[in-house]
Amino acid sequence: MTDTTNILFTGVGGQGILLASEITSDALIETGLDVKKSEVHGMAQRGGAVEAHLRFGKKVYSPLIEPGGADLQVSFELMESLRYIQYLKPESKVIVNTQRIYPLSVATGLMDYPEDVIGKLKDYGVEVYPVDAFQMAKEIGEVRVVNVILVGMLSRFLPVKEEVFFDIIKSRVKKQFVDVNLEAFKRGRELTGRTL
Amino acid sequence: MKRAFLSGNEAIARGAYEAGLRVASAYPGTPSTEILENLTAYEEIYSEWAPNEKVALEVALGASFAGVRAMASMKHVGLNVAADPLFTAAYTGVVGGLVVVTADDPAMHSSQNEQDNRNYALSAKVPMLEPSDSEECRRFTKLAFELSEQFDTPVLLRTTTRISHVKGIVFPEDPIKPKVPEGIVKMPEKFVMLPVHARKRKLVLHERIDSLREFSNEFKENRIHWGERSIGFITSGVSYCYVKEAFPDASVLKLSMVYPLPERLIKEFAGQVEKLYVVEELDPFLELQIKAMGIECTGKEVIPAWGELDQYRIKKAITGKEKKLFQSVELPPRPPAMCPGCPHRGVFYTLSRLKVFVSGDIGCYTLGALKPLSSMDTCVCMGASIGNAHGIEKALGTKVKGKVVAVIGDSTFIHSGITPLIDVVYNRGSSTIIILDNRTTAMTGHQGNPATGKTAMGEDTVEIDLEKLCRAVGVRRVQVINPHRIDETEKVIREELAVDEPSVIISKAPCALLPEERKRKKPLYAVDTELCTGCRVCLGLGCPAISWSPISREEAIKRGREKQKGLSVISEVLCTGCGECEIVCKFDAIKEVPGDD
Repeated sequence: MTDTTNILFTGVGGQGILLASEITSDALIETGLDVKKSEVHGMAQRGGAVEAHLRFGKKVYSPLIEPGGADLQVSFELMESLRYIQYLKPESKVIVNTQRIYPLSVATGLMDYPEDVIGKLKDYGVEVYPVDAFQMAKEIGEVRVVNVILVGMLSRFLPVKEEVFFDIIKSRVKKQFVDVNLEAFKRGRELTGRTL
Repeated sequence: MKRAFLSGNEAIARGAYEAGLRVASAYPGTPSTEILENLTAYEEIYSEWAPNEKVALEVALGASFAGVRAMASMKHVGLNVAADPLFTAAYTGVVGGLVVVTADDPAMHSSQNEQDNRNYALSAKVPMLEPSDSEECRRFTKLAFELSEQFDTPVLLRTTTRISHVKGIVFPEDPIKPKVPEGIVKMPEKFVMLPVHARKRKLVLHERIDSLREFSNEFKENRIHWGERSIGFITSGVSYCYVKEAFPDASVLKLSMVYPLPERLIKEFAGQVEKLYVVEELDPFLELQIKAMGIECTGKEVIPAWGELDQYRIKKAITGKEKKLFQSVELPPRPPAMCPGCPHRGVFYTLSRLKVFVSGDIGCYTLGALKPLSSMDTCVCMGASIGNAHGIEKALGTKVKGKVVAVIGDSTFIHSGITPLIDVVYNRGSSTIIILDNRTTAMTGHQGNPATGKTAMGEDTVEIDLEKLCRAVGVRRVQVINPHRIDETEKVIREELAVDEPSVIISKAPCALLPEERKRKKPLYAVDTELCTGCRVCLGLGCPAISWSPISREEAIKRGREKQKGLSVISEVLCTGCGECEIVCKFDAIKEVPGDD
């Protein structure tokens, strides 16, 4: 196989997945790696399930992760962590925001939101890192930093120095939001640094 | 060296800028939209949204006749619309370089079909380049302009979703500074395709394709990567990337010009590998041509002819080996949905109540076909709604009187809804047509259109008055409604269905996602839990802000309605204050409440 690492981002349209994958890509490129990132625009974005594939290594050809090929998954929404399960493998690490966003069928009472998603993920044998990033973002005082908390958690598994992320966050977000975003990143990074 | 992380579309715009592009015209369509959007950032380039792709290509061709480099970009189905000028532009050739970008959408992420537009190159006899990543998008766009001028021909540049919307590392270069001609030069034998001229140009066209075929054998971007000779692949575009990952040690002939094909190079390659595969998404476009050269190869017998490929699909197809994957889980689906506050909702809610046959069209409102609104019954192509409705009416006459409605968005109406409306009027039809005017081209990300009063470059311009336009083509009955007023919407639609002549209802309310709408201070609505009977009528709106909260039997008894199963709840985060739910609630349980400032 190649030396390519595969990160699968999943969630719901409007959750800031594109920005998170963008910050991650920038950091990897800054470190001198080749990166490809695949996303889908258009109709898929209207509140539907969203996925982005990010692949990095010495030389990346394919823009898509193959089924059973994701080394890391970052799910911005709880149930969405299960939707692309066929992309995972027993060695996968899965970061899950435990926030629930109900699709219309659940919101209107026609279907049930799945129970014990984290337990189901663990049953597959993957390593799960759950976080209530929404709650943490509230504590930080800015609900829009959910995605940066998740990037912070992810960063622990990437061959990128912490400072590289700091610089990218500083260059990407508006001045008045730099501090909360840096705090969000650090809080996230601490979470995956601890032994669970 | 400078470095940038760009999508294929951004890289095409960058390449065009570096090549000295001066005039760009496009109609938005996924996955092509960002090309023109990115071109508007360069002040040297005139960029515009055309009403449709045919016009876009005609504008670009005119600019080319005038001697500057020009580009038209569109999604795959857009080239069907622009096919008319394309086929004859192949005869006239160019003066300034002319590049036509077609962005195909295998797997139909955001399209109604997955046609393979490489076929257009073959049938229009126009050379086609196919990049495999963002850096090639940049370089091939520049090459396309050079080839266009060198061979006096439009050049097609074909991408697919996984090229257009994949970001990769690009190495930008400085732009050239083109000379703009002093004036337009008359060249009737080249520009006026009267049969007498066209017959001569047809021969030129054939000679040109022969020279291009010769050129393609020497074209540096068609290249062989020698590896093991036991297995060889001929491939192009994104499929090349998948092949390189699936079979890293194999020999590969990467075709960057997919029409015309380099026959000598292909024969040289085929002669030196034991087993030859042709790997391509969708049609056996390369395969059939290679087989016609008398070369034995394997392609669509094993490689799927539908959907997207990836490295795994290719490995599985060729080796027959399947990986053991995790068993997938049944989950509630999460399809895209109309947003909270979407102005289309009121119209589709009303149409679902009226149980009419809805002839539909292409845009966000196509989501009206999904549950719970379930009120779109056809969707074919841009503008088809009106012609479809007219056809249904002419087929069944009085049997469907008052039971068929066409719905079409503002941008789609201008794209190709005006001519079928004229057809209805001219041919004594009596269709009811609803123009869903949400003041933008929403689905593709809020581009301006001739009815919005803003150009692609952000200038103010004349705003087409849709009401006057409909009256001008002969529609006598035109009413304008606010779709959020569901009661009035129903009254007006009923009125217009009853009349025996063509009528147009313009449903006018801005898309809830427009920046100015998001900023506007709006009321909030909440459910009075005492009054809510759990009748679920408001849930029928399919608004993501309204959800169902079950209650216990004890609680139901306590409330004095023992059959009640639950309550509706409105999310104050998601509610945009459109007020439609207040109107549909028969128990006055939904009320305006003071919102945040």
